[in-house]
Amino acid sequence: MKRFLIPLGLFALLVGFLAVGLRLDPREVPSPLVGKMAPRFELPQLASPDKKFSPQDMLGKVWLLNVWASWCVSCRAEHPVLVFLAKQSTVPIVGLSYKEVRGDGELDAAQLLPGDELPLATKRANAWLAARGDPYLLTALDLDGRVGIDYGVYGVPETYLIDKQGVIRYKHIGPVTRQALDEKILPKIKELEK
Amino acid sequence: MSSRLGGISRILLALGMTFLVFAAQGRDALPMAEDETVEKRMVAISDELRCLVCQNESLSGSHAELANDLRREIRSLIKDGKSDAEIMDFMVSRYGDFVRYRPPLKATTYLLWFGPFLLLAGAIVALVVYLRRRGRRVAAAAENADGGLSADELRQAEALLKQTETIESENKR
Repeated sequence: MKRFLIPLGLFALLVGFLAVGLRLDPREVPSPLVGKMAPRFELPQLASPDKKFSPQDMLGKVWLLNVWASWCVSCRAEHPVLVFLAKQSTVPIVGLSYKEVRGDGELDAAQLLPGDELPLATKRANAWLAARGDPYLLTALDLDGRVGIDYGVYGVPETYLIDKQGVIRYKHIGPVTRQALDEKILPKIKELEK
Repeated sequence: MSSRLGGISRILLALGMTFLVFAAQGRDALPMAEDETVEKRMVAISDELRCLVCQNESLSGSHAELANDLRREIRSLIKDGKSDAEIMDFMVSRYGDFVRYRPPLKATTYLLWFGPFLLLAGAIVALVVYLRRRGRRVAAAAENADGGLSADELRQAEALLKQTETIESENKR
């Protein structure tokens, strides 16, 4: 009987490891930016491209930076949750429109004239927000994705929680769900608001 | 009209069409970097980096949008005169150690680096213990060279041996 105990123990250990492994999502790469200052940038605003937005404008507030694009399918699933959150007005949400034109695989951005990208991106983003509701305080346009690279964006949507000092406190990868909102994001916001 | 074309014209026409196809494909190809040394360094660096979109591909081999952007970023960093280490830092500070195919040695990666050696050491200890135990068992079996007979059976066997001896000696007579 005793001789079976060791293999049984090893088997149980293996099952344990596999069980943990199944629950981990390999797509969720921990961001090294959590705990660091939100990278600086200055981008045109969707509502009025002559005006710029910079994360410095939000100092003193706890806020969310939500990276989205109209071509991003998961953003469609996430959007109602953001609209719901905006209605509660617990936290300002700033949108970062990520490669609105260049990121769209169905569109050949190389064929566009240089001056045409901004108007097209604005038109597409505005149409999307008009159809689905606009939860954003404002949306900044990251046409070429450079700011996205500075924030370590590798898949849209991604959402950053930034505190009053401008430090990134949390990064949510993939669509924000009601569950993620209630269990992770809202409690963290409450903590940071103190 | 085509029926009036001679053989050579037809071949020329076919050739012309072939080139048209090539020209059409050429437009879609990615612009080659003008500088070959920059390109070589870019490929060498991006070979060491993981594409975050398709995680089992290197950055140099990936066709993902983000990989394109990051290669462009690396190219411009090289042109700015950044060293390989600085470019690596640039990537790691944004995407974490996960982008590196060779993870650095630090407290959180000790298990990753030394785990296999730990397993090997454990296996060697288990093997040595097993061999020693088996050796002892074999030695014990060798000591009982009588083949494991009971005292009674031993006496019986000796008696039988003696019997054959007497029979043999009688036969010789």
